[in-house]
Amino acid sequence: MSTLQITDLQVSVDTEDGPKEILKGVTLTIDSGETHAIMGPNGSGKSTLAYSIAGHPKYTITGGSVTLDGEDVLAMSVDERARAGLFLAMQYPVEVPGVSVANFLRTAKTAIDGEAPKLRTWVKDVNGALEKLNLDSSFSARSVNEGFSGGEKKRHEIAQLELLDPKVAILDETDSGLDIDALKVVSEGVNRFREREGKGVLLITHYTRILRYIQPDRVHVFVDGKVAESGGPELADKLEAEGYESYLSVAP
Amino acid sequence: MTVTADARDAVASALEVDHVESHLHPVSSFDLADHPMPTGREEIWRFTPLKRLAGALDDAPGDTDALTVETIGDASYVVGTLAPGQHPRGASLVPDDRASALACLHAPEAVHVRVPADAELDEPIGHRLTGAAGKRSHRHTVIEAGTHSRATYVLDHRGSGVHAGNVEVVVGDGADLTVVTLQDWDDDAVHVGTHEAVVGRDARYRHIAVTFGGSVVRTSSNVHYAGPGGDAELLGLYFADAGQHFEHRLFVDHNAPRTKSNVVYKGALQGERARTVWIGNVLIRKVAEGIETYEENRNLVLTDGCQADSVPNLEIETGEIEGAGHASATARFDDEQLFYLRSRGVSDEESRRLVLHGFFQDLIRKIGLPELEEKLTAAVEDELARNVAGKQL
Repeated sequence: MSTLQITDLQVSVDTEDGPKEILKGVTLTIDSGETHAIMGPNGSGKSTLAYSIAGHPKYTITGGSVTLDGEDVLAMSVDERARAGLFLAMQYPVEVPGVSVANFLRTAKTAIDGEAPKLRTWVKDVNGALEKLNLDSSFSARSVNEGFSGGEKKRHEIAQLELLDPKVAILDETDSGLDIDALKVVSEGVNRFREREGKGVLLITHYTRILRYIQPDRVHVFVDGKVAESGGPELADKLEAEGYESYLSVAP
Repeated sequence: MTVTADARDAVASALEVDHVESHLHPVSSFDLADHPMPTGREEIWRFTPLKRLAGALDDAPGDTDALTVETIGDASYVVGTLAPGQHPRGASLVPDDRASALACLHAPEAVHVRVPADAELDEPIGHRLTGAAGKRSHRHTVIEAGTHSRATYVLDHRGSGVHAGNVEVVVGDGADLTVVTLQDWDDDAVHVGTHEAVVGRDARYRHIAVTFGGSVVRTSSNVHYAGPGGDAELLGLYFADAGQHFEHRLFVDHNAPRTKSNVVYKGALQGERARTVWIGNVLIRKVAEGIETYEENRNLVLTDGCQADSVPNLEIETGEIEGAGHASATARFDDEQLFYLRSRGVSDEESRRLVLHGFFQDLIRKIGLPELEEKLTAAVEDELARNVAGKQL
């Protein structure tokens, strides 16, 4: 059982005009077995939240805390966070030319588990995970994300989620740019992960569409670097009907 | 009348070929007097640390026992020796720098490797040269690939000392020849080499240079064509550590129509005063209609205090070509790549190794010779394991 606790998180980035505050005090608790959706307009700070938790060097934490099962996440290096059980499915996965998917997955699994996976079961696991995401076995010989279509990149992210088996997964706009078939395949992968014992999911999205396939327990509306409103799944229905207009008009 | 027309064309093209004045390459000559001791201001020497060449450019015979020579693979293709001017010695290579002229002069017996016409060799052949510390050597190798033959020749340099080496390659019509040159010298070795190939009609030539070790290594790898349809691919990878100077000079002379060339060199630099130089010269002569050429050099700078020079030169005398282009980039590690790998739990050090592995692997897998690819991958892994350390992010 695990808990990701975000308390009054404040984050800034360096710009030409000096530091700019993006997150202005975010508080969220994701308990194991829960899926939280974060919805918000462009520029509200959703992705900043994801990347700050993962430890991207571009972001400076100016206040607040993030803990995973009581451990101080912000004190950890990027790779320590992943080994502690955090996973970030990226909106724009990065190309690593010359490094095969097979090599990458094995290296990551070895790093996360602290030992190399057993060869025979591992190959089966990888092929199984790829197959479930409609990626054929030749996929593992390709360079990581190089020449992948948008849909292949996202499906590859979810294959990693299933293979690396973190405690808490942060999905940053995994649905953006996907056609309906790919969205279903990706959602099924996320749902398989959620069915496992004690997994937490923080699902960041601009659209309500993915929430038809992945049912959230909680929905948070993110505006101007803060949670403007929280509620149950019904809040997503309200957003679908009304959009973000009402939140934006009250924002400064 | 056809004969007259052909003869006039031949004369015209001969004149045209002879009269190109290009800054890309100096005058070729066997006469050492045409290659005076450089001062360092010459275009072809301005990047080279002349003071560190340890007598490589001195006009004196080499030492006896300076090189231990082993044969790689089937020795029956090493058919004898060639005196200066004895065909095919001189058919391809006419020295265009002093080191090359010295190697001709002081290597009275060139090693002659000959692959007969139509022979297809499954296993690589070649030579392993091990230099002795404090000694100077000269060597001239002639590799002749007969019509429609297919072979791989490996020249493996290691050990120490000062070496001036010429490799003269004649690729027969329709032949497919790969020449691999490995420079894995000890830290104090000096090597100045010229590899000159003439590529026959519809022939395929590949030259793969791998430089990992030595104090100063300077190679000039040149290609010209004996007829239309020739295809040359020049690949290189190098890893320069502190204090090492690795200079790779390429010259592709498109002197025949419908010929192709593709040059890809990738290098990494690490440590104080690690220095690499890449000069990619391509000349497209007026006769060279319908040719296609591309050259690319990428450098990855791993630490402060390194310097990578990358100079592509393209000289075009006809616009009637399929394509011509070049790319050159020198960069540090991509922070986004490292972040991506580290966000999957991979340590900083391991992430850097993985990115570098990929950087070189991208090139290695172009080779298409599984055994050689494996050896090079292993050599790269070994180099990375010894040399790439991480830092906390």
